[in-house]
Amino acid sequence: MTDFEKLTTNRRGFMSIAAAGSAALAVGAGTRATAQQRTNARILILGAGAGGAAIANRLASRLDGAQITVLDGRAQHWYQPGFTLIASGLRNANYAISSTEQWLPRGITFINEYAAELDPESNRVTTTGGQRIEYDYLIVSTGLTLDWDAIEGFDLSMVGPQNGISAHYASPELAETSWRALDKFTDEGGVGMFGRPATEMKCAGAPVKICFLGEDIATTKGNRSKCEFIYNAQAQNLFGVPVIHHRVRQIMDERDITYRYQYVLKGIDLGAKTATYTTPDGEVTDKWDFINIVPPQRAPQVIRDSGLAWEDRWVGQGWIEVDMQTLRHARYPNVFGIGDINGVPKGKTAASVKFHIPVVEDHLVAEIAGREGTRIYDGYTSCPLITRIGRAMLVEFDYQDNLTPSFPGVIAPLEELWISWLMKEVALKATYNAMLRGRA
Amino acid sequence: MEEFSFMTILAVFEEMFGRGLFWTMVGAAALITLAWLYVLIRDRSMSMRKFLLAQLSMPIGGIAAVWFVMIMTNSGFADIGGPIDWLVLLGVFAAGAVGFAILVYVVQSLLRGKAADA
Repeated sequence: MTDFEKLTTNRRGFMSIAAAGSAALAVGAGTRATAQQRTNARILILGAGAGGAAIANRLASRLDGAQITVLDGRAQHWYQPGFTLIASGLRNANYAISSTEQWLPRGITFINEYAAELDPESNRVTTTGGQRIEYDYLIVSTGLTLDWDAIEGFDLSMVGPQNGISAHYASPELAETSWRALDKFTDEGGVGMFGRPATEMKCAGAPVKICFLGEDIATTKGNRSKCEFIYNAQAQNLFGVPVIHHRVRQIMDERDITYRYQYVLKGIDLGAKTATYTTPDGEVTDKWDFINIVPPQRAPQVIRDSGLAWEDRWVGQGWIEVDMQTLRHARYPNVFGIGDINGVPKGKTAASVKFHIPVVEDHLVAEIAGREGTRIYDGYTSCPLITRIGRAMLVEFDYQDNLTPSFPGVIAPLEELWISWLMKEVALKATYNAMLRGRA
Repeated sequence: MEEFSFMTILAVFEEMFGRGLFWTMVGAAALITLAWLYVLIRDRSMSMRKFLLAQLSMPIGGIAAVWFVMIMTNSGFADIGGPIDWLVLLGVFAAGAVGFAILVYVVQSLLRGKAADA
């Protein structure tokens, strides 16, 4: 590929916006239309979240005659990238709530139940309502489960200002309740604990963001001197990508946020207001006035029981064994994965979903057409790493821990910028919604 | 899909404002631009007097545009972090200024007509 081709065809070529825009204007809007592939394949999509809804829309437009079934027991769709904004008081819970069905295309079957049993040997799924569904192709886009029970002494009813507990990953409503806890803490002061679990997790930047936002809110209120911020990292770094780790550490140093490595939350004692961490030197118990809890994360039980998971990697977490470039299952070639459920080394984010979709679409449609798919996923993911209200760093990276800025030379990835904040606050949800409809 | 395209940008803007509002705004901008072309063709020249008032009103449009962006987002001037942020701010100001200037010129031309400018 020549440099010019890279510039105009690669997503990272900023000029491609202008180039594509003017080209589309010149030749009319229909340039993207692709001929539909005729098929009668039965395609089952497990999960109607970001990945499930988007791939359903893509496949519905690419395939003619396919029997597409989407299975999801949750009637609500949650815009999860918005949870951080809710938990920092910038939006209310409704910002992240819509209905699952509104994002699904016409002409498919939506079953409002979860999968109870999955047998990839016989290509069959049984739903929680007892329906048996046979498939030719299976797309696993279930997302993951938050293992709240793994935090000893904690349950979700404790979340709120009365206890000083935040658990903004749990739901839009609990993100809003979590904001009231953070609001109270930044009014009254004390010790604030933040951190992340030792398992793989979705949006590994989110625990850092809520810590930065809390610090910023306390500063704005003039109460910073009353508040202590402690970030507990599960590993020997604050972020898995070394260059980003160093930048986050630098900002934490500048803003007097204490960080501790290899501190993993084991449990809390609500009465004593203490948290116990496992560390290389044994257990450590600390007092807190505010704590943000992010629990261990795993594949849903039905996936862990299905035989699709890796056996020798991420043991106990259950991520499915897909090829890291094609996202096709290593042992069941008619099974693909999208999003958090994939056992790949990087990024459980909506940005990853956005880049998983065209790869799975390409390989599945090519297979149906009797060809070989060609698209490759390089591990790209991104995180608008909010550092304060009004500023963020647009960090993007791939499997190799390379920074992969979308706008090289224009938006610096490790610089705290207003434009990166605007992208998060204004453009991200619109882009996400367009993705759900299969249009971005 | 993951490449930027004109259709993607349209889709994102439709989601941002809602389909109805977005196309109403596009329609309004197109209408004002057409009206501007119409008065230019009708009058067969730029009226320097109207243009002067249009130019004088540019700061109002620019400031209004910047103010609009600031109140619609949880951010302020203190959040400007790097050169690109200044460029975005200038871009917002310029877009507001030029748009408002065209509007002022068109409104004068349509209200006063050609004769008033003699």
